[in-house]
Amino acid sequence: MTQPAPSAQHQGPGKGRADAPASPPSKKQGPGARVLGFRADVRNLSLLGVLVVLVAVGGITEPDAFLDTGNLQLILTQASVIGVVTVGVTFVIIGGGIDLSVGAMVALASVWATTLATQEYGFAGILFTAMIVGLAAGLVNGVLIAYGGLVPFIATLAMLASARGLALQITDGKTQIVTVRSVLDLGLPDSYVLGIPPLVLVFAAVTVAGWFLLNRTTFGRRTVAVGGNAEAARLAGIDVRRQRLYLYLLSGLCCGIAAFMLIVLSGSGQNTNGNLYELDAIAAAIIGGTLLSGGRGTIVGSVLGVLVFTTITNIFALNNLQSDVQQIAKGAIIVAAVLVQRRTLRGGDT
Amino acid sequence: MASEPPPLLTMSGITKSFPGVRALDGVDLQVQAGEVHCLLGQNGAGKSTLIKVLAGAHQPDGGSITWQGETVQLSSPITAMRLGIATIYQELDLVEGLSVAENVFLGHEPTSGGFVVRTREARTAAAALLERLGHPEIDPAREVGDLSAAHQQIVSMARALSHDVRLIVMDEPSAALDPDEVDNLFRIVDGLTSDGVAVVYISHRLEEIRRIGDRVTVLKDGRAVAVGLPAAATPTRDIVAMMTGRDVEYVFPPRPAADAPPNTAEPVLTVEGLCREGEFEAVDLELRPGEIVGLAGLVGSGRSEILETVYGARRPTAGRVSVGGTPLRPGSVRAAVAAGIGLAPEERKAQALLLTESVTRNVSLSTLSRFARGGWLDRGAERAAARRATRELSLRPDNPDAAVRTLSGGNQQKAVLARWLLRGCRVLLLDEPTRGVDVGARAELYAVIRRLADEGLAVLLVSSEVPEVLGLADRVLVLREGRVVHEAAAQELDEHRVLDLVMEGSPTS
Repeated sequence: MTQPAPSAQHQGPGKGRADAPASPPSKKQGPGARVLGFRADVRNLSLLGVLVVLVAVGGITEPDAFLDTGNLQLILTQASVIGVVTVGVTFVIIGGGIDLSVGAMVALASVWATTLATQEYGFAGILFTAMIVGLAAGLVNGVLIAYGGLVPFIATLAMLASARGLALQITDGKTQIVTVRSVLDLGLPDSYVLGIPPLVLVFAAVTVAGWFLLNRTTFGRRTVAVGGNAEAARLAGIDVRRQRLYLYLLSGLCCGIAAFMLIVLSGSGQNTNGNLYELDAIAAAIIGGTLLSGGRGTIVGSVLGVLVFTTITNIFALNNLQSDVQQIAKGAIIVAAVLVQRRTLRGGDT
Repeated sequence: MASEPPPLLTMSGITKSFPGVRALDGVDLQVQAGEVHCLLGQNGAGKSTLIKVLAGAHQPDGGSITWQGETVQLSSPITAMRLGIATIYQELDLVEGLSVAENVFLGHEPTSGGFVVRTREARTAAAALLERLGHPEIDPAREVGDLSAAHQQIVSMARALSHDVRLIVMDEPSAALDPDEVDNLFRIVDGLTSDGVAVVYISHRLEEIRRIGDRVTVLKDGRAVAVGLPAAATPTRDIVAMMTGRDVEYVFPPRPAADAPPNTAEPVLTVEGLCREGEFEAVDLELRPGEIVGLAGLVGSGRSEILETVYGARRPTAGRVSVGGTPLRPGSVRAAVAAGIGLAPEERKAQALLLTESVTRNVSLSTLSRFARGGWLDRGAERAAARRATRELSLRPDNPDAAVRTLSGGNQQKAVLARWLLRGCRVLLLDEPTRGVDVGARAELYAVIRRLADEGLAVLLVSSEVPEVLGLADRVLVLREGRVVHEAAAQELDEHRVLDLVMEGSPTS
């Protein structure tokens, strides 16, 4: 986890009694290094390395197209939507769950927020509706899992199917064009802040908030505890079920925000929005070092995972490689990343 | 405590049922401030359920609880903690991915505005608690998953003390500790009681209860059969008799008669110069058919690691393991099993058993191919063979369809042994064979192990309980810090001699 490095603690020779053989040699802090005063995981550093290599590859193969400002803005914007979803999913996975319904929730929120009735309420109406629909879907997931005792995989699989169905019912398969100017303007270069698209700023804000929530708050501690050892959390007086509910609410909220971002990007709401986001988000979290079994993971890792994925997709597109090749490459990258991580971890363990 | 002040805690007539089991059948417990109250009973007697009721983790079906003169409902763990009742569970209840300080204050972190954790404050406070517990060398920022079991125990204790406690329940706190750590634990307990904190202490080790206990409550089959006996004055045989209906703590089967001809059979297992860097060095050992050899040593002396290396689960850095004169491929469990080595691991629930599956399916797991006819399992033959093996070990209940989860610890261990018996192994490695097995069932397990040896099996035994190694084994190897420091016939050693050897020359600087 990215936490401040320990200030000089009692690292002395200890009492040097017979407990020496019982405790492993005083290895410092598992795999990690100090970067800018933060302890960064080796795996995050290596992901950063991968990203640098990718940028180099992009710059060499397509020097003009790749390093073009517009292209870099495009990469970041594309990463933003899936990135916000991934932050939510990362919390769910660290908390010992899984959310397969994120793509469907994005679709449902995006179409509900772009019906003619909703559009009458303008910018706020669209934003508010998207977030409420996301929260509501997350609430259903959370209640079913935390209080109904459903396995997360099953509950969110059911949500995946029914939210997509509902989205189709609302749109009748038609694209819902957005006519609210202030929403559409957000996607135009005129609204860029110092060259940074507003959606990227939203992504950055969600990332920072997610990092703070995970590393600096009781909510974050409880998430790790519930995912790492639910019984220990319960005996420590944590309301495990409520914490699980909160996690799915958070994931739903992130999907609502992502749905709004998608509306801005595409200028429309469609029931096919967010297709396969669940796979991309989960894959990014896993590549970023989040344990699928829960109890461990970082926001920084997940965000790097998203950036790596989006950059690869972009480079492939610039080199005219079709999406079938992209998909195969993505699968290979997931496997490679996890294999590398396992090796790094094993090296660090006793 | 001759003239008794009003008790700190009174539990009376507590009942609790789980589906199919009446775990507590009207238990009474009375604890005074500042005393060490020992709770004794075999596994399944209801100790764990009782302390979970006391911790607010289970709700009793009946009975009442009085705390400092007032009737209370311990409706959740938080309620119990707020009253000042803290519990240190036997199964370590820590979150491995969190740091020491985060674990200590889990659920009641120091915060700003109830939300943002004050990390530095938590670490300082955790450091102070660890200091008080005599372990200032544990870094509060370190991840708990990186700590040794003994240090994790200390963290659990720091967590209990992080509350404003009046009563601490310790469930077998010494089980994972070495002798000198136990001394440290007792110092901590003394410190607590002199501050007026009451300690409810659960242990299987009667000698510990003699040392620190004030009074003793004995549970049997969900009832308190004795309440508030003086710990020092009650004879051991009385206590054991109350727990078991027998009057001896360890009953070992007889060894081969002393005048019998010495065992001159060719060794079935030969270990030569076995090393694993940082764990153990130059271990030589020979095991003959019909012989039980014990490894004695502290936690961290390498005893379990040696066993796992012989089994191929760890790869040696040097040395050789041979069965019947043929060297095994190093670091291969398959090779070891094919050569006839079987392991009953320490964590039998996690490492050996499919808990929800039947006895038959657990026993036949290593021999499935024998019952396969062109890919189809001959389930009748499987069942019959498994049953023969379990009957030979008198596994109870004698029901091949019972889920292993429902068996007692001793019978679960028999299911593991039956698996290897069915496989026809020649060398059996036993890692803590009686951990979690109650006193009564131990004697039976010892008899089973001895019988297997008499039938020609070679047994290598690891146990943290020295009397067990001395009583069961024919020959004992004493380990210290990864080296064999002594080897002798078990009759030539006694517990003190072994403990001396084990501790001798411990680093003092």
